[in-house]
Amino acid sequence: MAGMATQGDGERGGGVINYIIRRVLYALPILIGVNLITFALFFVVNTPEDMARMQLGMKRVTPEAIERWKAERGYDKPLVFDASKQGVHTVTETIFFEKSAAMFALDFGQADDGRDIASEIAKRAGPSLAIALPVFVVGLMTMVSVALLMVFFRATYVDAGGVVLCVALMSISALFYIIAGQWLVAKVWRLVPISGFADGGDALRFLLLPVLIGVVSGIGSGARWYRTLFLEEINREYVRTARAKGLSELQVLFRHVLRNGLIPILTASVAAIPLLFMGSLLTESFFGIPGLGSYTIDAINHQDFAVVRSMVFLGSALYIVGLVLTDISYTWADPRVRLE
Amino acid sequence: MSAFLGFKPALLWTDALLLLLVVAVLLVVRHIRRHEHLAAPWRKVALSRAGMVSATVLMVFATIGLLDSMHYRPELPREPGAPAGAVRYAVEMRSLLDHLLDPLPVQVETSYSAPLATQAFNKTSMESDSGTVRDYPRLKFGGAHLSDSNTQWATDISARVLRGTLWGLATGLAILLFAAFVRGPAQALSRLFRWLVGNGDDAVHCVAWTVLALSVLGGAVATLAQGYHVFGTDKVGQDVLYQILKSIRTALVIGTLTTLVTLPIGVVLGIAAGYFRGWIDDVIQYLYTTLNSIPGVLLIAAAVLMTQVFMDTHPEAFETVTERADFRLLFLCLILGITSWTGLARLLRGETLKLRELEYVQAAQAFGVSSAAIIGRHIVPNVMHIILISLVMDFSGLVLAEAVLSYVGVGVDPSMISFGTMINSARLEMAREPMVWWALAAAFVVMFVLVLAANLFADAVRDALDPRTRVRGVA
Amino acid sequence: MSDSVLRVSDLDVDLHLGGKRVRAVAGVGLEIRRGETFALLGESGCGKSMTALALMRLLPDVAGIAGGQVRLDDEDILQRPEALMRELRGRRMAMIFQEPMLSLNPVMTIGDQIGEVLTGHLGLSGAAARTRTIELLTAVGIADPQRRIREYPFQLSGGMKQRVMIAMALAGEPELLIADEPTTALDVTIQAQVLDLLRRLQAERGMSLLLITHDLGVVANMAHQVAVMYAGQVVESGSCEQVLQRPRHPYTRLLLTALPEITGSNQQLATIPGQVPPLDGGIAGCRFAPRCAWVRDDCRSRAPVWQGELRDGVRCPHVAELAPLPEQLREPMARPLHVGPPLLQVQDVQVHFPIRAGLLQRQVGAVKAVDGVNLAIAAGQTLALVGESGCGKTTVGKAIVRLNRLTAGDIRYAGQPWASLDGEALRRQRSQVQIVFQDPYASLDPRMRVADILMEGMASLGVGGSSAERLARVDRLLDQVGLPAAARWRYPHEFSGGQRQRIAIARALAVEPKLIVCDEPTSALDVSVQAQILNLLRDLQTELGVAYLLISHNLSVVEYLAHEVAVMYLGRIVEQGEAKAVLKRPQHPYTQALLSAIPRVDVARQPQRIQLNGELPSPADPPTGCHFNPRCAHADRLCRQEYPPVTVADGREVRCHHIVQTGGAYVPAPLKPALGGDDAISKLPQGPA
Repeated sequence: MAGMATQGDGERGGGVINYIIRRVLYALPILIGVNLITFALFFVVNTPEDMARMQLGMKRVTPEAIERWKAERGYDKPLVFDASKQGVHTVTETIFFEKSAAMFALDFGQADDGRDIASEIAKRAGPSLAIALPVFVVGLMTMVSVALLMVFFRATYVDAGGVVLCVALMSISALFYIIAGQWLVAKVWRLVPISGFADGGDALRFLLLPVLIGVVSGIGSGARWYRTLFLEEINREYVRTARAKGLSELQVLFRHVLRNGLIPILTASVAAIPLLFMGSLLTESFFGIPGLGSYTIDAINHQDFAVVRSMVFLGSALYIVGLVLTDISYTWADPRVRLE
Repeated sequence: MSAFLGFKPALLWTDALLLLLVVAVLLVVRHIRRHEHLAAPWRKVALSRAGMVSATVLMVFATIGLLDSMHYRPELPREPGAPAGAVRYAVEMRSLLDHLLDPLPVQVETSYSAPLATQAFNKTSMESDSGTVRDYPRLKFGGAHLSDSNTQWATDISARVLRGTLWGLATGLAILLFAAFVRGPAQALSRLFRWLVGNGDDAVHCVAWTVLALSVLGGAVATLAQGYHVFGTDKVGQDVLYQILKSIRTALVIGTLTTLVTLPIGVVLGIAAGYFRGWIDDVIQYLYTTLNSIPGVLLIAAAVLMTQVFMDTHPEAFETVTERADFRLLFLCLILGITSWTGLARLLRGETLKLRELEYVQAAQAFGVSSAAIIGRHIVPNVMHIILISLVMDFSGLVLAEAVLSYVGVGVDPSMISFGTMINSARLEMAREPMVWWALAAAFVVMFVLVLAANLFADAVRDALDPRTRVRGVA
Repeated sequence: MSDSVLRVSDLDVDLHLGGKRVRAVAGVGLEIRRGETFALLGESGCGKSMTALALMRLLPDVAGIAGGQVRLDDEDILQRPEALMRELRGRRMAMIFQEPMLSLNPVMTIGDQIGEVLTGHLGLSGAAARTRTIELLTAVGIADPQRRIREYPFQLSGGMKQRVMIAMALAGEPELLIADEPTTALDVTIQAQVLDLLRRLQAERGMSLLLITHDLGVVANMAHQVAVMYAGQVVESGSCEQVLQRPRHPYTRLLLTALPEITGSNQQLATIPGQVPPLDGGIAGCRFAPRCAWVRDDCRSRAPVWQGELRDGVRCPHVAELAPLPEQLREPMARPLHVGPPLLQVQDVQVHFPIRAGLLQRQVGAVKAVDGVNLAIAAGQTLALVGESGCGKTTVGKAIVRLNRLTAGDIRYAGQPWASLDGEALRRQRSQVQIVFQDPYASLDPRMRVADILMEGMASLGVGGSSAERLARVDRLLDQVGLPAAARWRYPHEFSGGQRQRIAIARALAVEPKLIVCDEPTSALDVSVQAQILNLLRDLQTELGVAYLLISHNLSVVEYLAHEVAVMYLGRIVEQGEAKAVLKRPQHPYTQALLSAIPRVDVARQPQRIQLNGELPSPADPPTGCHFNPRCAHADRLCRQEYPPVTVADGREVRCHHIVQTGGAYVPAPLKPALGGDDAISKLPQGPA
């Protein structure tokens, strides 16, 4: 199909925007699907009746107590359709509409402790980001550097040793990194506090260790994967062309290999950016950081269904935002996508 | 030792499925051995030193896990006055591993004790001749055979280690000799000799020494365990070594049974999407994008919470705690499988899209071969390497995930021994002064060895099976 | 010698493959002089590309130079440290590669990629570099270079990418340009453009050109000096006339007689039996001995030494005593028969692939891969469908085998409806029409044994009786295509490319088809193997009376096999008629250009080149009027407005307005030299003169 490549100059600008709008529209049914799955999981598999019974204790529970529990949380309505109501109210005054569909309007309802989930999420997103963002940025740079180093020394003992080290690092449980890090850095060396969180500049000393642990625990798998990506590039023919031009190995690596290898890395990373808001379950709960991760863990431990449901929806929505961002970043990073 | 007088085999759900998996693996192995072109890449795995050593280590783990999966109900002692024919069996199940480890499971101390200790970790008030003193009490079982623990301990430990080492060495050599004999009765001894002194590059040589090393380690631990708590005891006095050995089965079940769920869904939907394209592809892609978009931990958490509700509201469905825990384990595998098939499906979809355009598929279409036959004959065999690679690659991830999930509280049942529950119950002990480190350390080290072995084996399998890594060197 | 640019002696290259050491290049010696084009000729796997990469010291990680000297002027560059080697690469020696699509960095602009050389070697940057880049692009014939320097490789066509590669190689003003199969991935007309460009640049700049190729025609048209490689060694070296007109080494001789262009369609093609020996050591005698038609006892035991000069010699001690090969005559090609209804008739067939775009992915257009094609194939004869890649010829073939859906039109088989069959009715008839694909590696399932591959169609279509009978039939089929019966329990990867293509042919034959669509059946094969397959196809047609639709871009293959030819351009057929008539006296300007673009080994028969402007337009947006008008030298207003109707001229159908105007005797550019009668295919002398 030679000759087809050069056409279509006029449509370029409109093409990208059209493309993005299409991706956004495509995301909508996915979000609806997620909503339906969570609804089925939380209200159909087990009825509100069952949940109440479990929360109130199995043995001595009166029907009245169950009804009260349901009424307090608004679970006393029919699931999807109320024949006794009139007009739109047959649909709107139901659990599905009030508890599931309402999440599209970011109305998450109340947690079991009576607080508004939406404002709680807004409050906790900051601390989550304070850890997740540095981990993401520093981690990405570290992993790319380590991978490039291994590729530069490819087929030597440096590379082989690096790969073995990566496999060893990724074989260690995330729990170990946290527990060992807390023990060594905070307890033995007493460099930073073991856990806790503060606002403002004071936050730094609380954040140092969790960020460090977050970076270290990701290096193994990340660097190994990036190494494969770079190696795949380095065996391509355009790299041979670059060498035939008389470029040095470093010029080849940075100007040609890195530029092509970074495309899949960047787009995969962009997909993860929105999810940074969700924080890390483990890190936050170990370090006592009041973010969304620890919020989720607490909700799971207290079996607070409203919060878990909200976090599922929020996570999915952010994931889908990530998908759209990936598509956009592709058009930005790769001229083949941008211009075709 | 009276338990083995009579017993009734008992089959948990996970036992049955594990058995099914073993049978399936054996059938696949037999099929591969019969077809030269299928066996060829596996022979490359057999040449990889790291791959074969890790496979040996994995075999040991698998053996422990399988022994722990053969459950039975011991016969209860006959009550006086009961009729002669009426045999009653215990409600709680035991496994073959429990039987082999006897009396380790029942040698429970009162609380913490350090590895190989003869005294408890905490002081208690004790009555003695000179009144009440606070001191470290002797353990009920750990080093109980020593009359004077201070003087005899070191010699006893050394003697046991030496004895165990010799035992292990003998056992290891016996195993190797047996293997050499199986390879060919003639010259079995010289073959064994070659294996042991062979040049350093030979994978068989490495495996032989791994077998010896593991046997020695096993021998030493076994002789020590007969008199001590090798890895100490936990808060309730339970032997940590015993818990570690029991955790292995849980990890293996999670790592392997999940694939029973992943595999059929991933393979069928992935290939169907790639082969039929059109609306079928759209629907399947929608399905896995939607499922993928729910953060894994949260979906698992939500599903496990809902199972919890179900189990709490239907207590009558489970006869014993073991069955209840087993149900939850099985369900965890199911939900892990449902969240993790999407990766496999996506890979297979992409590969099938490529394969369906290949000329041999078109040649089959020109012969009017049906879609089902084309998929069965041309597509599935040619994506098999992807399926196998993703299976072995997933295993280690699942073992690690179990620990995290159990820590978060949405993993296995708290009554089930696993790496996750061990870490969960031991993590607060790090804050104690002096620190109780042994349970955590043992759990992390054993889990690390298992996951590392799995990762290295997976790497060897991928290098051998993936055509892309195969040609990379030549291009 | 002062006028030698590069002098290679005793060059050895080793490949390390899975612990085995393979000597891919063994004792190669070459001398390239200033301002000459030196062709290194050989079939795939002979070590010619390895040699070229070794000269630049750009061997892949698995390969290494094991010995020898490479003297650039008087310096042995193998002794240079790697850091200093960079000063030579791109500056004094430059290189271009086979796949222009893969050889340019996809995410860097053309300007940046050329600029790298200018900055690195000449210290040019900024406006100076830009000006120079534009000059270079102009020199390689790229229109509108100011715009192109800002573009990315994917925005250029294959031919333009190779021009950019050449511009990049010229940027450092090298003394020696190494071109590794520079036109193999390109279409014939584009190949002709690029070869012209290389020839012109080489003459203008007095640059030396080392041309690595497998194509004897390219060698004949380009080279001053030739070295022939076989199994890692140079077996013959000499001037271009010497090697191609009076070949000495048995391998060179057989290679030339394996060409249908040289041998002509009335003879059996010479074939070279067997395969290149494995190079992992242990070759005692002559490497060609196992395949040589003149082999003697001492050839197998004693390795032959080089006879003669470095630039004029041969690696065979027996060249003076070789008898000419006996000629094996064939039945001449019969004239096309059209009695009664044709076996298969294609009527106004269109195959369009929708293009979707916009918010709702509505269909906004279509790639008109096939846009109204008429064909008739007679039983037991061969119709060749000729055209460049992207013209839609493969789509026609697949439509005939019912592998894709027709947008419009009709196909009839033996007078019965064919295109409208479906379900069970189609399955019952499928055995009538079968297909052989281009790529023998992709067309056999690697997981199936040969017998299973051959029996798949029989089982599906219920041909061949019981399974025991089918197995017996497998043996017969293998015998028919010249493979041993023992092959049936083996897997495809155990066979070479030519053997695989035999299996693919046997698979098609298994269901006793009346028509086989052969889609570029030899284009993935080496010349000597191609000859085997062409002989086989001819023999099978004589024996079984099967008809072929031969889809090919290689006109000498077409000449050897076809009774009739249809030339396709952009989804439509522009000229159709008896093969000899069309190939000897092409009427349509496109056919004429196509024929003139093919580099002939016999340069005396090379028609004068008709330069085609630009490249094939997009089939999604064909030009109005005659599809060929933007590239045609004769196009006028009518051509730009109306698609020409069919004109019957000189016994064939042509779609060209100018044929009508000149009454059917239109011959725009004189073909040179004037051709004799239909059978005047002159043969090259066989022995040394």
